[in-house]
Amino acid sequence: MTTAVVTGPGGAVQHPVHHDEPSFVRKYIFSTDHKVIGIQFLFMSLLFLVIGGALAMLMRYQLAWPGEPLPMGLGETRAPGGIILPEFYNSLVTMHGTIMVFFAIMPLLVGVFANYLIPLQIGAPDMAFPRINMLSFWLAVPAGILIVASFFVIGGAAGAGWTAYAPLSAVSEYSGVQAGQNLWNISLIILGFSSILGALNYITTVINMRAPGMTWFRMPLPVWALFITAILILLAVPVLTGALIMLLFDNVLGTTFFLPASGGEPLLWQHLFWFFGHPEVYILILPAMGFVSEIIANGSRKPVFGYPAMVIAIASIAILGWLVWGHHMFQSGMNPMLGSIFMGTTMVIAVPSAIKVFNWLATMWKGDLHFHVPMLHAISFVALFVVGGLSGVFLASTPVDIYLHDTYFVVAHLHYVLFGGSLFGIFAAITYWYPKMFGRMMNETVNRIHWLLTFIGFNAVFFPMHMLGSAGMMRRLYDYTEYPHLEPLQETNIFMTWAAFALFAAQLLFAVNFIWCLFRGRRADPNPWNANSLEWTTPSPPPHGNFPATPVVHRGPYEYSSPDVADRDWYPQDELPRVVGAPAHAAETEVRR
Amino acid sequence: MNFWTLPESFSTFGDDIDAIFLTITWVTVAIFFIVEVALVWFIVKYRHREGQRALHIHGSMRAELIWTAVPFLIVMMIAVQSAGVWFDARFPGRIPENAYEIAVRAKQFEWTATYPGADDELGTEDDFTSRNVIHLPADTPVVVHLTAEDVIHSFFVPELRVKQDAVPGMAQRIWFEMTEPGEYVLGCAELCGLGHYRMKGRIMAYTNDDFMRWDLEQRRPAVAVAGTASTEAGGAP
Amino acid sequence: MLAKRISGIVLVGLVPLLVACGGDAGDGSEGGADGGAQQAPVDLSNAGSVSGTVTFTGTAPAPQPIDMSDEEQCAAAHEEQPVRHVVLTGADGGLANVFVYVKEGLPAGEWPTPDQAVTLDQEGCEYHPHVFGLQTGQDLEIKNSDGLLHNINTTPDENRGFNISQPTTMTSTRTFTTPEIMIPVRCDVHGWMEAYIGVTDHPYFAVSGEDGTFSIDNLPPGDYVLEAWHEHLGTQTANVTVAPNGDATAEFSFDAGMAGRHVPLGEPLVVRHLGHGHEGGDAI
Repeated sequence: MTTAVVTGPGGAVQHPVHHDEPSFVRKYIFSTDHKVIGIQFLFMSLLFLVIGGALAMLMRYQLAWPGEPLPMGLGETRAPGGIILPEFYNSLVTMHGTIMVFFAIMPLLVGVFANYLIPLQIGAPDMAFPRINMLSFWLAVPAGILIVASFFVIGGAAGAGWTAYAPLSAVSEYSGVQAGQNLWNISLIILGFSSILGALNYITTVINMRAPGMTWFRMPLPVWALFITAILILLAVPVLTGALIMLLFDNVLGTTFFLPASGGEPLLWQHLFWFFGHPEVYILILPAMGFVSEIIANGSRKPVFGYPAMVIAIASIAILGWLVWGHHMFQSGMNPMLGSIFMGTTMVIAVPSAIKVFNWLATMWKGDLHFHVPMLHAISFVALFVVGGLSGVFLASTPVDIYLHDTYFVVAHLHYVLFGGSLFGIFAAITYWYPKMFGRMMNETVNRIHWLLTFIGFNAVFFPMHMLGSAGMMRRLYDYTEYPHLEPLQETNIFMTWAAFALFAAQLLFAVNFIWCLFRGRRADPNPWNANSLEWTTPSPPPHGNFPATPVVHRGPYEYSSPDVADRDWYPQDELPRVVGAPAHAAETEVRR
Repeated sequence: MNFWTLPESFSTFGDDIDAIFLTITWVTVAIFFIVEVALVWFIVKYRHREGQRALHIHGSMRAELIWTAVPFLIVMMIAVQSAGVWFDARFPGRIPENAYEIAVRAKQFEWTATYPGADDELGTEDDFTSRNVIHLPADTPVVVHLTAEDVIHSFFVPELRVKQDAVPGMAQRIWFEMTEPGEYVLGCAELCGLGHYRMKGRIMAYTNDDFMRWDLEQRRPAVAVAGTASTEAGGAP
Repeated sequence: MLAKRISGIVLVGLVPLLVACGGDAGDGSEGGADGGAQQAPVDLSNAGSVSGTVTFTGTAPAPQPIDMSDEEQCAAAHEEQPVRHVVLTGADGGLANVFVYVKEGLPAGEWPTPDQAVTLDQEGCEYHPHVFGLQTGQDLEIKNSDGLLHNINTTPDENRGFNISQPTTMTSTRTFTTPEIMIPVRCDVHGWMEAYIGVTDHPYFAVSGEDGTFSIDNLPPGDYVLEAWHEHLGTQTANVTVAPNGDATAEFSFDAGMAGRHVPLGEPLVVRHLGHGHEGGDAI
């Protein structure tokens, strides 16, 4: 076990204070403050969440009433007379996935919270490389502009799926998409650099900038999760970037990396993509698991059950995550023996996920449960992640996957993990840290209604997808009623579409609450949730430099209901030990409770 | 519409696949209920009440070991059962010797089946073809040589529990044996472009006698037909 | 193709400009093959015409039956077994579907773009017409009368191609900006559906009918080289002289032995003007 501890002379270190008031531009636009950058990522990715959701609404419309005109036109090349064209539907499928994965969920988890939380939770004044951090955000912006712009070029936006399987993605003649695919490629290459720079920063910061006494096993679980996620990003994203450059070359320079006509190999793309893509799946869930651990402990007023097991589970998911990419390719023509091996590794990776679920349950066991809004979302995460995890077992079984692969069962599975899991984790995190970020509370009642509608709406939209998958409905079908055996599914689809509209409307409720409370919310205390970790010891919002003096950490982050403090049920990490006679700066030698 | 049940299976290994599907369903539904019931129970039982204080406990090694070992054993059991059926369905060595062989070529957005002509061999002059409708004998193992011309397609016959991507530049061999004559829907399961949703076909399965009759009807002597104008497979742009 | 490659390299180098490129490339200022800019309209006061017949000798390849059995609606639209004619001939040796156009000899000038659109109809899972021409900038109205999915995949070299779909009864309009002989059109849903489009920057083209006849009207007097293009048999050229208000004739003859010759597709059409001299000769 490592004991890398940053000690300051005499414990409390005064920061060099520069009180030149920075200009508006330096403070809010080209800011190097990790908190401002985190909030910039928050606004940008929430915007993309809305865009991605709106694309999904168009898809749901088409799926409920195939071929019926929309109430509004969307342009001759997309939906003439309101009738969504198949090529536009393919663009919707592709861009919904791309935007949600790369521009909404990933930056919401990592860009927002790794930036915002890591320095605050480890007691650092800022990131290790503040300027690289700023660059990371300002690379994401042009990437976002390019991906949105691709809707408006001739030939429309990319339409080969978010997985961009070659050769469909490599030859414009095959897809009908022209500049759109190149813009998609270039946008994701740029965004990749943004992620890599961010990841470098998070890793360095966690290793080097922890406050005195913040040992590895006193770090809050969000920091652990984000740290391991950053390692995954640093190792996985370059693989995607390389593959994207090859795909771009195939498209514009006439190379044939993925085209069999001149010796290329379509499966090469899939191996490269999923070698990135499966770690990516864990990039999209591990941070949410960290947030949920934090919030369940807080809501239960109880230490996280099995903290070391939680860390080991995250680490083993991160390692096993490199060995399972082939389970996306069971039906691709890959050697069946390889399929069996990937089935084995995939089954094994279910175990650490199960460990985490049981530990969350055990954390709630004999707790004193406070159902504040973040807690409601965190509990929903557990409830829904279980479904997503269990449906994964079906898909992991190679023979069952013969039937279920590329059906709506997969769509149900991934949405239970990415929406039921990640997005509920994000809602938990936003509602939990909003007071810290903006110094104001969100409206509790509106948030409760939002949670309830989202929970019901989510299940109404995505649970029936399991049934569609069992019935054999393939993914990415513009009009499934072309198939006689899928025609009876239309009623289910209509129900799901209405539920999806309600789900989307409920998110607008959240958006209004979010924006309204920025200006009109009740002022927040420094520690509204009676939590232990270091960010709650500074004012809300924290000033530039975060802490007036470098905090010294005396205990783990989850000492709720400790018998050492009888008058309240929390025990902040930096509070001097109450046990009489304990030395104030014995942090380094103190055994973790 | 039934919930977890798949449509009736009409291939020999289909029932084995369904059996695993059922096993997994039982196991996962059981785990689902255990977890969700515990969750709801805790929510009700340990909800905040005045004067209540949470138990200050950091964990239990024994509990961790139990809930590591039990899920591990369950998933391994499923993996072992799955591997057997996977071997039967997919391993080249398991393909029956006496199978009737056809070639299916997928292109945007059509399936073309090629049947051996009078010489009983594929790839010769007297082969004949059909578009989107594949005629096959039931109760006889069938091997499909699957290729693709342009992009990746996927040969999906739900009722036969068959799905295999057709990848350009690769030759796949899949097999199945239908248990009953009838008509089975063939669909494309891999996004292949703007006509993906309409890349559908049918498998017409006949009794052996009926199939023989159909086959004889189709087996005409090879007629030399002049090459066509521009149907050469296009290369990269 | 080389131009595409080079533009690709430039694109990679100039990543941020890509949006702009994508945005305006379709507006078609890339044409530039029309020679004289800002020319006065051509004097047509004493224009004549060219007419003639395209004939075919030898045995035409047998029509290939089209398997429409899985496309019931289209099959129902055909009373007889639908077939694909590689070479479609009339009763007296006339060759149909030959695109005849003025290749050389036009006076410098510009011809106005016709307001009227050319219609390509998809009916009974066939293209009507099979071979046709239109002028640069002229609207091509693509009509789906079948009400089932067709896609229209054009693969030009000189123009910007498109691959669009029509899932139901509808009409889409597209234009071509650069003269090109010829642009293949195909439907990937119905592999047998093929059409060819000739794009010129002048109105002097025609397609031979089933009897092999064609006529090009309103042609100013002068010496011309005409070319006849067939999808399977290649090209032929003929020299004609049109007298003021005169009717010239041009005869083309193809034979079965020409099958397999080079068929120009995606080639630029640069009409050489009078005074530049014109050498006839085989296109091959």
